[in-house]
Amino acid sequence: MNQALSEQGALIAIQGAGCQSCVKKIKHALAPLTDADKVSVDLQQQTVSIDAAVDIPAALEAIRQLGYPAELKEDKQNEENAAGGHCELSAAEPDTVSEQDAAPQDASQPSKSQTGAIQLNITGAKCAACVSKIEQALQNVPGVASAAMNFADRTAAVEGDADTDALIQAVEQAGYGATLATDDAADQEAKEKAEQVYYKQLLQNMWLALGLGVPLMAWGLLGGEMMVQTGLSQFAWLAVGLITLAVMAKSGGHFYTGAWKAFKNHSANMDTLIATGTGAAWLYSMAVAALPQAVPEMARHVYFEASAMIIGLINLGLALEVRARGKTSQAIKRLLDLQPKTARVIRDGDEKDIPIENVRKGDLLRVRPGEKIAVDGEVRDGKSLVDESMLTGEPIPVEKKQGDKVSAGALNKTGSMTYVAVKVGKDTALAQIIAMVKKAQNAKPPLGRLADKISAVFVPVVLIIAVIAALAWFNFGPDPRIAHMLVAATTVLIIACPCALGLATPMSVMVGVGKAAEAGVLIRNGGALQQAGELATLVLDKTGTITEGKPSVLEIQAVDGRDQTELLRLAASLEKASEHPLGMAIVESAREQSLTLSDPVDFQSESGQGVTGVIDGVTVLLGNRRWMETNHIDAGPLTEAADKLAEQAATPLFMATDGALAGVIAVADKIKSDSREAIARLRERGLRVIMLTGDVKRSAEAIAKQVGVDEVIAEVLPEDKARVIRDLRQKAAQGELVGMVGDGVNDAPALAEADVGFAIGTGTDVAIESADITLMRGSLHGLADAIEVSRATVRNIKQNLFGAFVYNALGIPVAAGLLYPVLGVLMSPVLAGAAMSMSSVTVVSNANRLRLFKSSAQHKQEEKAA
Amino acid sequence: MSILVNLLGLGAIAFVIYWFWLWRPQNAARSAGGAIEITVADGVYSPNHIEIPAGESVTLRFLRKDPSPCAAMVIFDGLNISEELPVGHAKDIRIQTQEKGVYKFNCQMNMYQGSLKVV
Repeated sequence: MNQALSEQGALIAIQGAGCQSCVKKIKHALAPLTDADKVSVDLQQQTVSIDAAVDIPAALEAIRQLGYPAELKEDKQNEENAAGGHCELSAAEPDTVSEQDAAPQDASQPSKSQTGAIQLNITGAKCAACVSKIEQALQNVPGVASAAMNFADRTAAVEGDADTDALIQAVEQAGYGATLATDDAADQEAKEKAEQVYYKQLLQNMWLALGLGVPLMAWGLLGGEMMVQTGLSQFAWLAVGLITLAVMAKSGGHFYTGAWKAFKNHSANMDTLIATGTGAAWLYSMAVAALPQAVPEMARHVYFEASAMIIGLINLGLALEVRARGKTSQAIKRLLDLQPKTARVIRDGDEKDIPIENVRKGDLLRVRPGEKIAVDGEVRDGKSLVDESMLTGEPIPVEKKQGDKVSAGALNKTGSMTYVAVKVGKDTALAQIIAMVKKAQNAKPPLGRLADKISAVFVPVVLIIAVIAALAWFNFGPDPRIAHMLVAATTVLIIACPCALGLATPMSVMVGVGKAAEAGVLIRNGGALQQAGELATLVLDKTGTITEGKPSVLEIQAVDGRDQTELLRLAASLEKASEHPLGMAIVESAREQSLTLSDPVDFQSESGQGVTGVIDGVTVLLGNRRWMETNHIDAGPLTEAADKLAEQAATPLFMATDGALAGVIAVADKIKSDSREAIARLRERGLRVIMLTGDVKRSAEAIAKQVGVDEVIAEVLPEDKARVIRDLRQKAAQGELVGMVGDGVNDAPALAEADVGFAIGTGTDVAIESADITLMRGSLHGLADAIEVSRATVRNIKQNLFGAFVYNALGIPVAAGLLYPVLGVLMSPVLAGAAMSMSSVTVVSNANRLRLFKSSAQHKQEEKAA
Repeated sequence: MSILVNLLGLGAIAFVIYWFWLWRPQNAARSAGGAIEITVADGVYSPNHIEIPAGESVTLRFLRKDPSPCAAMVIFDGLNISEELPVGHAKDIRIQTQEKGVYKFNCQMNMYQGSLKVV
């Protein structure tokens, strides 16, 4: 086959084509070589697709001559012959634009950063020529091994050991902009720094504006003349007016620029209200000062102090809000703080500390006592107790030994261990938890929708109300009408606070979701946050949810004179190589007690009955009652005990040594130690708790009785669980919600079917997509915690919304002068400014109260401690 | 005089209604192959009307210059996207949806507002 000429066409990877004119140029250049109508250029993927016969080298050359680096990505003919089709493949394949470009980033996944490489976001790059210019500029920086820019994403990846500031400078000198694409922790740090600067600036603005406003207001209150008379006072007021203007520009400039820009964009925001309010007061006062004769004598009042005071108070309000807001993200900060900055890597026998970003998959790492685990990994060597409480809410440290998984952020308490990095960077459970919490913190529960709708149209509505109030005063008010008009309109504009309304929901969600995360409860979305508290029925899967999920030895009953431990040792030795879950449970139990096991001789197993073998010269039989009968052993003395164990949903295994009955070992899927208590907690909260299981009715009921659920639905096949949930939802009364709790893998359809699906994770497998809420520790207490947090958060949101609605619903009419006919007073704009700035602070502070939330279990614990 | 003031007032109300509610954007920003850069400053997303083709993946690069916490989040209601915007450096948000329609995006408090039209 002729390599050069492809009958079917080709897919060519290009670089640097960024605009429609590039597309035209490329098509034009290819026109002599192929059917131009069959050429398509994908700017996003940076590919040229030719669906007609074409001479590939000539096509590549033609594109290259235009200045775009081009490589053959796929010869459609060859591809077609080989795989019978190419479209699917090429679409799914990551961008392999060129050697150079393939290194840094895959265009379809912008967020994925290469570990070790410095990622820059580039701004201002508009054409193909920019790419090489920027790459060149970066490569000239000392220490840079390679630099590659991805035009589609406008990012550049720099390998090597270079100073980031120098890199940014180099790009800027080339005429473009560059910023460092940083990680979460750095982001958080930068955010805090920026907030600190902003806070200081707000305070400065406040002092300046109040510095002018307070003396002016004091002058008025102490009986000083606020009316403009002719002569000297007129000049004095004109001077004060100009000073006020300067202060307004300095302290409140951003309100005016913001208002103007928003106006140009046909949108209106807080700035619009503040700017029109203070602007109107200043303009009126200035007009009075300049041309007092133009207004009636009674109306020759100036309001410069109002403009200055309002600007000062709003700056103060913003400053307080920034402070209070900082606290709402404490949960995230705490999670971010879990991530150590460095890791101790063992390479070629040498141990050294390296930055966490440079740890790669497969690295061998060491963690010493008192240090945090750096990345997700598997223990290679050593043994230690590890505290995962910050991650899972599980208070008791877990023992880790060879082969066990460890998670980034967990605290290593007692021993030194080495472990192999399995997941690094954004893939660690901790990073995923952080991402998930962050996302959920910004989610909005349905409860907040109305406030959203109102706040979206709020500002124009207030503008209209202000005009109506002004007209009402003008037409029906007493003299001085013009002055009253101005005061009423200004006060309406200033007192109205869409911020409080807008903040009410997100602030509470932010704190509530963070609080849940602290308890090891990951809430995926706003809907779940709200609905978890509204559940009426909660269905719990049995295996793995109420119980441990794997069989273990529940009890050993020995015939008089026999030692239980010895029986366990013999049974475990016999089952040493067993793959049967019951046998494995016995071996596990012996291992836990550190018993020394022997190797069985003459091992035999009879399917469905039991096993036999010789251990240390003793013939041991282990199995069910039939196995004993087969071997002519009388199980009589222990049958009653065995029946009792069976009633507790355990499986009794009879054991005989040297032809005599020795005891019975009961193996069962143990109920988690705190399931009963947690279920009681749920029922106290008014929930109907149902247990769902595939077990036969009798043993299901035995467990149900032990844990105290309201109802049991037994003998349900795994595939029918979702149907059971659907039935329950249909039967439920209007508005009664049904929740489902399961392990997230087998129970995924049922979790999805429920109004709220809870997945019980063990450890830190947070990627449970089917669940609305993930409980990171195995305990059902997490469930009760989730429901309590949800209820507390929803209550907090309601308080906030109520406060914000009432504030605006009362404040605006009062500001408009509704109380004037009754009390004869008109609200001062300065008071409105104070009220407005306090309203959003109040909302944020109330949300912060949620930080003090404690679950009922915590309360109980504290009571006990006291 | 009094008629004039009343007319002015009514005119102002009509103007507010027209300018903020009835006016419809003529020109939306479209992707020219690369990311669409959106500046977040002074209470406004600029550009604040974006048009993207359905099914195609488009990067919106937000550059937040306003340090006020009001600008900290951008939320695309209906697309289940909410992201925190760092001050001073770009944040990329990739959007790909098959569902045509107009999606509003805004800050937490609804003071910054924009619309994303998927065609």
